[in-house]
Amino acid sequence: MNNVFVYCEITEEGHVAEVSLELLSKGRKLANELGIKLEAVSIGDDLSHVPEEVFPYGVDVVHLADDKRLFPFTTLPHASIITKLFEQEKPEVALFGATSIGRDLAPRVASALRCGLTADCTSLEIGDHTEAKAGKTYKNLLYQIRPAFGGNIIATIINPDTRPQMATVREGVMKKEVAENAKQGIVQMIPVEEFVKPEDFVVEIIERHIEAQKINIKGAQIVVAGGYGVGSKENFNLLYDLAEVLGGQVGASRAAVDAGYVDHARQIGQTGVTVRPKLYIACGISGAVQHRAGMDQASMIISINTDPAAPINAIADYYINGTVADVVPRMIKYYKQNSK
Amino acid sequence: MSFRIIVLAKQVPDTRNVGKDAMKADGTVNRAALPAIFNPEDLNALEMALKVKDSIPGAEILIVSMGPGRAAEIIRESMYRGADGGVLVSDRKFAGSDTLATSYTLSLAVKKLAPYHLLIAGRQAIDGDTAQVGPQTAEKLEIPQITYAEDVVAVDSSSITIKRRLERGIEVVKSPYPCAVTVHGSAAPCRPRNAKLVMKFKHARTLSELQEETKDYTEMRADRPYLNILEWSVDDIQADVEKLGLSGSPTKVKKIDNVVLQAKESRQFSSDEKDIDQLMKELIASHIVG
Repeated sequence: MNNVFVYCEITEEGHVAEVSLELLSKGRKLANELGIKLEAVSIGDDLSHVPEEVFPYGVDVVHLADDKRLFPFTTLPHASIITKLFEQEKPEVALFGATSIGRDLAPRVASALRCGLTADCTSLEIGDHTEAKAGKTYKNLLYQIRPAFGGNIIATIINPDTRPQMATVREGVMKKEVAENAKQGIVQMIPVEEFVKPEDFVVEIIERHIEAQKINIKGAQIVVAGGYGVGSKENFNLLYDLAEVLGGQVGASRAAVDAGYVDHARQIGQTGVTVRPKLYIACGISGAVQHRAGMDQASMIISINTDPAAPINAIADYYINGTVADVVPRMIKYYKQNSK
Repeated sequence: MSFRIIVLAKQVPDTRNVGKDAMKADGTVNRAALPAIFNPEDLNALEMALKVKDSIPGAEILIVSMGPGRAAEIIRESMYRGADGGVLVSDRKFAGSDTLATSYTLSLAVKKLAPYHLLIAGRQAIDGDTAQVGPQTAEKLEIPQITYAEDVVAVDSSSITIKRRLERGIEVVKSPYPCAVTVHGSAAPCRPRNAKLVMKFKHARTLSELQEETKDYTEMRADRPYLNILEWSVDDIQADVEKLGLSGSPTKVKKIDNVVLQAKESRQFSSDEKDIDQLMKELIASHIVG
């Protein structure tokens, strides 16, 4: 009762999704701070391997709803199961990945439970809140921090009176790390028949084409990212060359994706992925807040831009005044000659 | 029973085009400087509704929008593009609603328009980007939901088949009626205004708007009832005020921080070969690269 719950999404390949492991890592820290347990819940078909995948992250209890009809994901049965489970277990906090599945499922569950939900949080913290009017103080609330209004403001949201306090978080925002002193937790099987209704299965999946994730810019230590200022698809090849010699990945701003220079899978920022590499090379990127939200935690930022007033320069460690076509080949040349 | 499609649409500040004057001197957002627009994905939703209407004879489209009086503009705009009518759900008591209170309000308006076959909305609004109101309204109405719709594959009098755009691929699903569909921005863009429809609907008004008109349109409207845009208050939808606005919203905003750039001391280099060599030398020496 009153623990931290994480919905652990099952991928196409049948494993617990990266974003769910990241949330378990964050959930473990929140549970420690609150002095409560961490519980995971997975719904799907043939979940026997799930416990061994989640226990290293400090999960105390894992709930499994294992049934042939529960994979691939459809909204209604998953929502019925999570809603009933939460009514029974009364979680304090419930976290979902801000994925196609999490953003479909979490609002439905929050509505059924009449509790608050905050989408796409970029940070989760524990803190107190005093209601000035009523003079009432709430202890240990979950601060759900997210950009709003097109990324122009950062809002801290709380749910003082309703439980669970629900939030979704995008992949790559929280750090995945195994827990110290992780133990073998408890496995609880959910009696699926009692949790779903026949009418939960009215929506029928006719066809699916899901690709395995090929591009992994999220985990890259070095990201060479291009914006509209790169100028063309051909110039983007220079970025691929630089990324290859440095052992990094190519990312892009939304403007470059919209211009058709590069695929959406490489988009970094509020509507793309969040990266935290040790080096971020921003080529022809002006640095709108939406973009910075996805990369400002990079350890080092180099900006290559012809505009000295571009906002990105203000957060860059190095600013190179020049065009991508001039600068990038020189970087490649020096690196090839001088690295071991 | 005719085939009824309800489209949820929202008027939003255009947060995508935040110009220099959009921020006030104190660093807060100057909402007045942002133009009010038709939420982009709601236009994709309207187009999907129009496509269904094209293939089902006698189908009708009603727009439901929650917002202040001027949001009637987007209902009129929808009528210019092929919608048959609409309802503006408007009341001061709705102010401060989060997604839960909003979906409660919208679900009551939709129930009042029952029976309906399809409820279509944009995936999310650009002022909040939560994508929660569609699924939450569907839950309140106890109907299935199909999110991230990109195209209608097939539609007939008993079911709809929809192609969904997911982060790593596509899925085709089939649902009976009534069901809710939220539409992804990758769906077909909305068709433009139709000149005949503009002529037909240009005098469509809500009651509140009429009271501000100088000319008397009473007679014209009696002849052409389609010029009346309905306007519903809390009482009209028989809402429980405890579930509305701030009191009906479990989420509270504790704090708002404006995004302020934290200027770092950045070192400048030119694009000269000598400068670039120096930079790369430092990066290699400090093991940032290599």
